[in-house]
Amino acid sequence: MMSPYLSKVLNKNKRTDLPEFRIGDTIRVHVKIKEGDKERLQAFEGTVIARKNSGLGETITVRKISFGQGVERIFPLNAPVIDRVDVIRTGKVRRSKLYYLRALKGKAARLKERE
Amino acid sequence: MSPGIIGKKIGMTQVFRPDGQVVPVTLLKAGPCVVVQRKTPATDGYNAVQLGLVEFAKKPNKPMAGHFKKSGADGVRFVREFRLRAGAGDPKPGDRVLVDQFKPKDKVDVTGVSKGRGFAGVMKRHHFGGGDATHGSMFHRAPGSIGASSYPSRVFPGTRMAGQMGDAQVTVRNLEVIDVDTEDNVLMVKGAVPGPNGAYVIVRRAKR
Repeated sequence: MMSPYLSKVLNKNKRTDLPEFRIGDTIRVHVKIKEGDKERLQAFEGTVIARKNSGLGETITVRKISFGQGVERIFPLNAPVIDRVDVIRTGKVRRSKLYYLRALKGKAARLKERE
Repeated sequence: MSPGIIGKKIGMTQVFRPDGQVVPVTLLKAGPCVVVQRKTPATDGYNAVQLGLVEFAKKPNKPMAGHFKKSGADGVRFVREFRLRAGAGDPKPGDRVLVDQFKPKDKVDVTGVSKGRGFAGVMKRHHFGGGDATHGSMFHRAPGSIGASSYPSRVFPGTRMAGQMGDAQVTVRNLEVIDVDTEDNVLMVKGAVPGPNGAYVIVRRAKR
């Protein structure tokens, strides 16, 4: 059981503004990037293939194909650098970790849309 | 102002700094403490305060009950002494010591009793390399040579060998205070603190 003091810190620091999304969904993550003293947003769009850890250390792995090359980025979900998350498309999948997508490309790597 | 406070380790988590940096933190339930006894050069030869951590009131034994009665320290179970440096104020018996004396960015030293690992071999205790597990090796986790032969004809003191590991007093210095929750008496320090969750720890202002 979690200590009430730990859960208090968790509730205080956990982000609640992110939309609900599941494994297999295609999302666009907007990340704040600091360049000198200017701040801009960079978007990363791809499929959520894993969601790991719980609490404040929760992360998601987003995979996309960029110029024919598979690219994966791991985002800490509660980090303030994440400006917002848009859900682009839902995906119907039957497992929680979609690592099998790494071996597939093109048509084979598509996911059915969830109703 | 008291030179320190007694606390209890709650557990670890991580938080984010405003710039997005992840900070590993330990939560300590620190205090409320009460000054049980004041030691002065006149009576004891040195300057110190004895603090008691106020928590659930386990019945103290009779000698301790009498000791606590003098300062009205009720519900104290764990008592530790803190040396007072010159000009550190003059706490009176019965005074309460709370976490609000610390603020974020302060540096603290945390003392606790590390987790006991029992009688540990040299690989675990001193990070020796050990030998091959396979390929016909007959040397696995043994310490190897502990010195030369006829000269010096003895093992040098301090040679690293197997033995009791952990369950010893450990102080971690210069931990940064990240957050102070005065409502719940919770202190959030950066990094790890000796001992299991629920262990008593002593938090002092950093020496340097």
